[in-house]
Amino acid sequence: MIKVTIDDVEIEVAPGTTILNAARQAGGDLVPPAMCYYSKLPGTGGKCRTCLVEVAAGSTADPRPMPKLVASCSTTVMDGMVVKNKTSERVQTNRGGVVEFLLVNHPLDCPVCDQAGECHLQDLGYEHGSAKTRYREERRTFSPIDIGNKIKLHMNRCILCYRCVAVANQLTDKRVHGVLHRGEHAEISTYIENAIDNDFSGNMIDVCPVGALTDKTFRFKSRVWFLKPYEAECACTKCSGKAVVWMFGNEIFRVTARKDKYGEVETIEDKTAWICNDCRFDKKDPSNWNLIGPRKIDRHSVISQGKYATKNDNNPKLLH
Amino acid sequence: MESLTNRKKVVSDKPMTLWEKIYLPAIISGMITTLRHMFRKRKTIKYPEETREFAPVYRGQHVLKRDEQGRENCTACGLCAVACPAEAITMTAAERERGEEHLYREEKYAATYEINMLRCIFCGLCEEACPKEAIFLTDRLVPTYFERDNFTYGKDKLVESLEQRIDITKRQHTGKRTQL
Repeated sequence: MIKVTIDDVEIEVAPGTTILNAARQAGGDLVPPAMCYYSKLPGTGGKCRTCLVEVAAGSTADPRPMPKLVASCSTTVMDGMVVKNKTSERVQTNRGGVVEFLLVNHPLDCPVCDQAGECHLQDLGYEHGSAKTRYREERRTFSPIDIGNKIKLHMNRCILCYRCVAVANQLTDKRVHGVLHRGEHAEISTYIENAIDNDFSGNMIDVCPVGALTDKTFRFKSRVWFLKPYEAECACTKCSGKAVVWMFGNEIFRVTARKDKYGEVETIEDKTAWICNDCRFDKKDPSNWNLIGPRKIDRHSVISQGKYATKNDNNPKLLH
Repeated sequence: MESLTNRKKVVSDKPMTLWEKIYLPAIISGMITTLRHMFRKRKTIKYPEETREFAPVYRGQHVLKRDEQGRENCTACGLCAVACPAEAITMTAAERERGEEHLYREEKYAATYEINMLRCIFCGLCEEACPKEAIFLTDRLVPTYFERDNFTYGKDKLVESLEQRIDITKRQHTGKRTQL
């Protein structure tokens, strides 16, 4: 075990752990935000630069500070490393700059976007962004395209985190979905609009940190803060069947995987609980699901608005 | 203890004098006061034939605005419904079809939009929450009806008509809408 200090909190982690994961083990508000890194998907990270931290001392053997800010998702810790995240002025101003860059081509269409309310870029922009834009040029625009018949891709909103490509790479059998072109012109595509027909392609929606990939069965149906999330399970042969159903009254509006506080799909019984497309898109009848109980929502999240504790909340069986 | 406001009146029960006992002088002085009012300028108006000028920020019946090209501003984002403390606003969204670009400004629009005027407390929070400058409270009054159902205002009553635009420039203190 090696010792590392993050924002004056000293913790011991296994060798080979990244700074970001060490910070997550410590928990609290010293955890750097991450838009592209996804711990459940190998190969992600290092693209968005929101997780940059300052390393004030490299290690006990070589205590010189690192000259530049480092991406915490892809830098491993060393014994005696001193990391500054919240306590570093440099990190905070840099993160503001990174957010500004992410928003350069991101449209401000939150009132239209289905991701609003659970969008990580929205949170990040709220925390670090400025109220005014300095960008005068025209944003790059694409018209929305369909990926399969259940997923809609709004390339305008994409921040090119490559998470969905990692899903396509690592969950599906053969990749028919990737990033075309480079730099400013890069776009997610199914390559000549080949539809994806894998059973787990819907997980691209869950890993997308913004509203670029959205569920067509939920498209414009409601806003996330009007719905009540319930933990539910069903007997499914393809996946674990453990999901969250978002209900309005007795109606299921959408089904998502269970996500933890970092927006990543939870690990249930040592397996990442991805859900299959049948559960996500087709099981919209409450009789398909066994409701376990209301999902815990962060008190400061907009999703918790209007969720008064009622008899039904304590016993979701009463809904039926 | 000494009174702080000095408005205290000491009650006395001393017997009335002859002048007070005949009452007539008191009645006459009261009548003079009453008659004097008949020749004063009236403070009331004959509503509804006459109406008063409203303050520019008066919070009356809502309007759902259209933009300069006559397209509806509302995108059914639901922020007004979240902000509403009286839970008076409901809506359902729909996707704009091809060929409807002249009707709705964004790709999503409100297919139905209802405000229950009996629930509404005219606080103006919906107007403040609106990111699209779509909903405004105006200086129009909500009329009274005999049936409760009439108080649920749908899009037919809320959206301004193309012929009769409703001027809300006095309320637009946020400045000009920035084009996306």
